[in-house]
Amino acid sequence: MELSEHLFRRESGRMVAALTRIFGVHNLTLAEDVVQEAFCRAVEVWKFRGVPENPSAWLMATAKNCALDALRRERTARTFAPELGRLLQSEWTLAPAVQQLFGPNEIKDDLLRMMFSCCNPRVSEEAQVALVLHILCGFSVDEIAGAFVSSHAAVEKRITRAKKLLAKSRRLFDVSAPADFSARLPAVHTALYLLFNEGYHGASAESAVRADLCREAMRLTSLLLEHPLGATPTTYALAALMSLNAARLPARVDTSGQLNTLVDQDRSQWDRNLVSEGLKLLERSACGSEISDYHVEAAIAAVHADARRIEDTDWRKIVSLYDMLMTIHPSPIVALNRAIAVAQSEGPERGLEEIGAIDHRDRLARYPFYSAAMGELELRLGRRDAARRHFEEALALARNPMERRFLDQRVAACA
Amino acid sequence: MSEFLYLYRGGEDGRTPERLQQMMQKWMTWLKDLAAKGHIKDQGQPLERRGKLVTGRQKTVTDGPFAEAKDVVGGYTLIEARDLEQAVELSKGCPIFELDGAVEVRPVQTLNL
Repeated sequence: MELSEHLFRRESGRMVAALTRIFGVHNLTLAEDVVQEAFCRAVEVWKFRGVPENPSAWLMATAKNCALDALRRERTARTFAPELGRLLQSEWTLAPAVQQLFGPNEIKDDLLRMMFSCCNPRVSEEAQVALVLHILCGFSVDEIAGAFVSSHAAVEKRITRAKKLLAKSRRLFDVSAPADFSARLPAVHTALYLLFNEGYHGASAESAVRADLCREAMRLTSLLLEHPLGATPTTYALAALMSLNAARLPARVDTSGQLNTLVDQDRSQWDRNLVSEGLKLLERSACGSEISDYHVEAAIAAVHADARRIEDTDWRKIVSLYDMLMTIHPSPIVALNRAIAVAQSEGPERGLEEIGAIDHRDRLARYPFYSAAMGELELRLGRRDAARRHFEEALALARNPMERRFLDQRVAACA
Repeated sequence: MSEFLYLYRGGEDGRTPERLQQMMQKWMTWLKDLAAKGHIKDQGQPLERRGKLVTGRQKTVTDGPFAEAKDVVGGYTLIEARDLEQAVELSKGCPIFELDGAVEVRPVQTLNL
């Protein structure tokens, strides 16, 4: 039996979530220790006897047994989840209660409970994403630091702080209360959106890391869709936008680590299954009265997906969707993307005008693709010197070797 | 061919899920490779790191650990090799070294009449 890739990482989230529910959120560290113990056991046994028929079930059963040991060992020294109260104190009820808490439906809810708990407004958005990756996706501090191109120490500090806050919150988020659920849902959407974008646009140079982040964001979003309160039009829109964008990932960075812009991508490499999945999700998102940024972003991605060749793109439609996005949620980055779409439909001159008119343009100063966009448009106008200056500015801001290589080539193209 | 016992000592460490999975896969690949080359007499068993120690004339029973954590035996494998030198060479592929563990290679005594 072969193990599926990243199985441990994925199971880690399920196990930590289930154990935290039993131990109480203040014992998060104990839950993580017990999960670690279960993994070590699995490694010790499997390496000699081979991987069992159902590795996930084996791991879960081991975590359950380790949890029972911990509950018996620690019950005089600690208090566990307050809402489970006496159930865990008596030997009569302990095993059946734990058994029940490890049921498959319980664990799905545990994951959601943990997801909502991690998206606590008192924790910064950046830390929420790190926490989700760490607790629910089983990423180590080093893996997160790698993905965010940040230092180990910085990520560790961020996570430790956030965990402390979480541990102090007394209990996990209650996902059965509709009002609370709806109130917290936007924060959860934001965290998942940021997680996805970190994979899609982020600074990590490794395409495998990027794909991992996108996949995790999609996995957690589909979990949200399985919950009656979570399956809102906005969640569908978010899921649609992820699928439609992820469909382009294989063409976005090629096997040699070369970054390809939308214009240069080999569209035959787009994942057609993800496109049709995305379109289905987009359809399902269109049932409410509310239009979120995710709806509009998904609609933009759908227009791109619809064009077999770049020349077939309906740029006017894209511009009007960006107009809509600017009314819902204006930002310099949205305005920049809108300007690029204007350039595609009305010519580079018009694009540069639009870029020049962006409000709060200074906030784009550190973003390499801001200068790169201007360079591209200048180059199309044949103004090579101006183009080169912009690309050189962008090059100085490049965040990784992949971006540097891409911008190097653009500078060279101006010669 | 002679028989040798590999005793795996230490090499257990607090690791991340991804790292643990990679380590396990390396172990399985290594053992599979030894088996394919006909060196495995008995794949062996993992040992729990806890247990009891019974010592002396008094047969005093104490709890483990029996040695420092880095020296605890975590499992064994019985292998076949030409001689001690080959058995040692083969042991060098063991992933335990990445975690600063050790493999003790011990010839099984034979009775030559």
